[in-house]
Amino acid sequence: MKLYPKNFATAIHNCNLSGISLSRYFLDIEIVLNETPEAVILKKMEKNLSVMEKAAAKGIAGVTSFSGLTGGDAKRLAAFRTKGSPFGDSLYLEGMIKSLAVNEVNAAMGVICATPTAGSSGVLPGVLLTIRDRLHLSRRAQINFLITAGGSGILIANQASISGAEGGCQAEVGSASAMTAAALVEAAGGTPSQSGHALAIALKNLLGLSCDPVASLVEVPCIKRNAIGVVNAIAAAEMALAGIESRIPVDEVIQAMGSIGRMMPMALRETALGGLAQTPTACRMTSMLQEEGHIPWPFPAARSDER
Amino acid sequence: MAVFQSVFDIIGPVMVGPSSSHTAGAVRIGLAARSIFGEQPEEVDITLYGSFGHTYRGHGTDLALIGGLLGRATDSDEIRYAYDLAEKEGLKVNIKVSDRNVDHPNTAHIVMFAGDRSMNMTACSVGGGMINIIRIDGFRVRVSFDNPTVLFFYRDRTGMIARVTRILADHSINVSRMQVARKESGTQALMTIATDGIIPERVMAEIRSISELGPIISLSELMREPDQAPVNGSTAQESRRPQS
Repeated sequence: MKLYPKNFATAIHNCNLSGISLSRYFLDIEIVLNETPEAVILKKMEKNLSVMEKAAAKGIAGVTSFSGLTGGDAKRLAAFRTKGSPFGDSLYLEGMIKSLAVNEVNAAMGVICATPTAGSSGVLPGVLLTIRDRLHLSRRAQINFLITAGGSGILIANQASISGAEGGCQAEVGSASAMTAAALVEAAGGTPSQSGHALAIALKNLLGLSCDPVASLVEVPCIKRNAIGVVNAIAAAEMALAGIESRIPVDEVIQAMGSIGRMMPMALRETALGGLAQTPTACRMTSMLQEEGHIPWPFPAARSDER
Repeated sequence: MAVFQSVFDIIGPVMVGPSSSHTAGAVRIGLAARSIFGEQPEEVDITLYGSFGHTYRGHGTDLALIGGLLGRATDSDEIRYAYDLAEKEGLKVNIKVSDRNVDHPNTAHIVMFAGDRSMNMTACSVGGGMINIIRIDGFRVRVSFDNPTVLFFYRDRTGMIARVTRILADHSINVSRMQVARKESGTQALMTIATDGIIPERVMAEIRSISELGPIISLSELMREPDQAPVNGSTAQESRRPQS
């Protein structure tokens, strides 16, 4: 049975051998491995891209989450940008707005494209929908961005994890930010090897991140963390494009993330039994949501208080 | 651990929020259960373990499982109204949370009833909307959707495996993973076959003509795009064509 390349080093090696980009390499694998013609893959990816665009637009217009706990921050930040940030306009600011927007739509049970998960679905669109104008990316180049990010994400998922329940938030926003950084380097004209360094740098910056959401909702701190994923991805890409290298090889960084995830206590892996989710304010919010009927009893946090 | 093989496992699925593992994965578990049952159940008992049990309300895991059992796809905006839908479409739902330790943090056990029939399935959501089925009707299985998978129920007897695999071989269909389980000698058995590429309908028809075979369930298409997911009761009983 044909399999995906085992690690990022193999991907870089094969790209250099044939003188092709990561997106071409991952696309060729997709065609062979899943027996799907190129045109079908591109069309499907185009559909995913348009879902991201719609979600960003919807979120910037302003949404409120299913629970009522969050929402409106993308709109707030967009207004701040229009008024003029005291620090001047930046790629980072625009990216943060779009990532908050997509993730607020997610919390509102709206339609999004998971990249790689729903909780981290704001990071990639936040970057792509921002840099595409600055880099004058064609539609096809934007689809290539998604393919490179997707291929990089597979290498993370197969060597570590992309599940918050398995590896904490480092596996979700960490992975999202890392795979986006790799794609961003390619879109900006960097080499496959630089993409590897960007992925490594971005992932290292978020290692150890716990998944401890308030009331177990994908809202606090998830939504704002997507904005940090954007900032981190762009920063890592800029460092890599400048020729800065990760001292730890990319695959070892990915495996370290997997290993940290396995050491993480269950309370910090999407169970709402520890960390931020068990702060006094989070417990008050949880009771409030219960009283308003947004989340019913018995909630595990409340149950552990009683005992 | 699931082996991710397609960029669409990472860039996708297109889905309603808020969680790929707890919402989209749960929809797919519901859809898989419905496909295995072969019709819409009248009643389901759902038991949630681990993180599923702790956080299901906040993630809409219950809504998602019910939505899937009602044949809704991962991107259906009806999922948030799943309890109302269930009432309207005649599905009685019982949800339980168990503290029992399980291998995977996102595990659901679903027992389905219709008339005098009942079947059960246990599955885990392993991240990014991907799922693994680990038990069907007491049979330990390992269906991970990285390849098209077909389940064959049959009465345990000599030669059944050879008869099915010979037909596959005659049509040059390569088996990538195969598993046979039975409760006791001579009783109900389950053969799980994953193949490189989907088994064409004419080959499935030939296999179906083996008289001693029981229900055949094709799970090939569950992990595809939402608009390809089964919407009506028994669609998954047929092997469908590749989307290309």
